[in-house]
Amino acid sequence: MSSNSESQKSTGLHIGVAAPGVKKVDPILVIDSVKKSFGGLTAVDVEHLEIPRGAITALIGPNGAGKTTLFNLLTGFDNPDTGAWSFEGKQLAGISSFKVAKMGQVRTFQLTKALSLLTVLENMKLGAKNQTGEKLLNSLFPFLWRKQDNELEVKAMELLRRFKLDAKKDDFAASLSGGQRKLLEMARALMTDPVLVMLDEPMAGVNPALTQSLLEHVLNLKKEGMTVLFVEHDMHMVRHIADWVIVMAEGKVVAEGAPDTVMKEQAVIDAYLGAHQDTDLGVVTGRIKVISEEGK
Amino acid sequence: MDWGSILNNTLAGLLTPTILAFALATLGLAMHFGFAGLLNFGIAGFMAVGAYGYAISVLTFGLPWWAGMIMGVAASVVFALIMGIPTLRLRGDYLAIVTIAAAEILRLLFLTTAFEPVTGSADGLFGYNNSGGFADANPFPPGDYGWGPWTYNEQTLWMLVFGLTVLAVATLLLWALMRSPWGRVVKGIREDEDAVRALGKNVFAYKMQALIIGGIFGALGGIVLATSTNVSPGVYVTSLTFFLWTALLLGGAATIFGPVLGSIIFWVLQAFLTNILPALAESGILPVSGIQAATLRYVLVGIGLMLIVIYRPQGIFGDKREMTFVK
Ligand SMILES: Nc1ncnc2c1ncn2[C@@H]1O[C@H](COP(=O)(O)OP(=O)(O)OP(=O)(O)O)[C@@H](O)[C@H]1O
Ligand SMILES: [Mg+2]
Repeated sequence: MSSNSESQKSTGLHIGVAAPGVKKVDPILVIDSVKKSFGGLTAVDVEHLEIPRGAITALIGPNGAGKTTLFNLLTGFDNPDTGAWSFEGKQLAGISSFKVAKMGQVRTFQLTKALSLLTVLENMKLGAKNQTGEKLLNSLFPFLWRKQDNELEVKAMELLRRFKLDAKKDDFAASLSGGQRKLLEMARALMTDPVLVMLDEPMAGVNPALTQSLLEHVLNLKKEGMTVLFVEHDMHMVRHIADWVIVMAEGKVVAEGAPDTVMKEQAVIDAYLGAHQDTDLGVVTGRIKVISEEGK
Repeated sequence: MDWGSILNNTLAGLLTPTILAFALATLGLAMHFGFAGLLNFGIAGFMAVGAYGYAISVLTFGLPWWAGMIMGVAASVVFALIMGIPTLRLRGDYLAIVTIAAAEILRLLFLTTAFEPVTGSADGLFGYNNSGGFADANPFPPGDYGWGPWTYNEQTLWMLVFGLTVLAVATLLLWALMRSPWGRVVKGIREDEDAVRALGKNVFAYKMQALIIGGIFGALGGIVLATSTNVSPGVYVTSLTFFLWTALLLGGAATIFGPVLGSIIFWVLQAFLTNILPALAESGILPVSGIQAATLRYVLVGIGLMLIVIYRPQGIFGDKREMTFVK
């Protein structure tokens, strides 16, 4: 299993020495001096950052490091004080969030956003892009959209099966458990056929057995040509599937590199441990076994 | 007490142009609040825009009745745009404040003597149904139609048929919209607009469309009302808005037929109370005067609204499952 996934790892993503802001061979997202403060607090202050295309990148860092805020900025849900960033060469600063999503850069939320009084299936179908029947005038004539809608249903059911939600398709999303909602949100994001999918803590609250199958699924996304950027506190997941890890602390990128090397960097240990320098990093991240085993 | 006439009046109240007009406006509220989650507290304003738009077009600009009605609808679209453009990007509460204020401003503009030649000020407007040709367009020959409490002359029958037709078309339209992918997006926005935005939908455009469509239904309500009574600023008051909300919540906000049936139940109940309360007062059963008894019904309406919201928030026709999950 582990050796299997190791073989799936993408390497050779960067040019030169792995350090914060290192150039990538084929970046999909390029961020330049993006800064955001809330009052006196600087939540995000990223000098330069490139996200490699066709790879799985993990964004890690302690609570309050600015990961979610960076996600919000990149997807147009919040505006930075300064800075510019481009997605597939297109400048995104000042572009509204729905247009960003339309371009194929789709995100999920840390605080899950299930559409409670829509059924699970409706949630899924809503995700699909370019629906004829979503235009006001077309919507009145079912013969214009019925066929597309049925095709979407097939696609949605396929995804739901993979996420073990197919039995719930006619239930209101409100009746799902917290973990199931996380899964639904991720599945719904995939309905958009994203180019870059940004997942904010996708595994928080998902049971370990299902995590395993979801990790496989995320790896499949990469095979299908998607780029994945995810925030996660679970170091096991990070080590298992990430090709590249970016570490943030206090708004800044303090380290980046391949997962097995970046964890050992002093800057990362400092960021996570702060004053408690004598503690093992594995204790803090809650995965001591994984770190000590795989860190060898 | 004359139970016969009380019963007769109540049953007659089941089908009146007024009820059809209110049902249309309630349908507009269902589009706004029930499906799109837009808090519109100015639905009476939309009705006023439709009614005045029709009457002024005919009386001041000499348009025929149908063109006047189209103008009334067009005016409501403009009204929706004026309110929606600045507020739909903001949180929902702002729309509520703006709509309630806009409806009041509008009513005061119609009421002020400054525009009396056009608006008729406090007297309102009348005679447009004759001069615009609506009355002449009546296809029914003179005579009595119907049966029992539902006996109408040819004029009332024409108003009813006209109102019923508009209501049927509006109900059908709402049903067709809400079962479509467009309706799915709108309902999604009601649940969480950021989630819908994150899926690449232009949330602002959808909210604007929903505001306009519901507003048109409201304006049509005003127009249907104007075919049967004078256009008067005293009708389009804030309390009318709250009656319409009561009817909406009574029937079920997120349903197609709920708003229509809720309106019928609400106004028939009103008619019944209007008849029975003074009768009870007269016969000494209620220890109040006849006039006090008439206002008592508003107290009962208020209590009724509270009871519905507390004990059956999904309304009579709403899906019970929905309310299990209300946040
Ligand atoms: N809307 C806001 N207003 C004020 N401060 C904010 C706001 N959003 C975030 N912050 C602050 O910005 C900092 C970064 O927050 P952010 O949510 O990006 O952290 P995070 O890295 O996602 O943390 P976690 O791992 O806990 O999710 C925090 O100190 C937070 O208090
Ligand atoms: Mg976060």
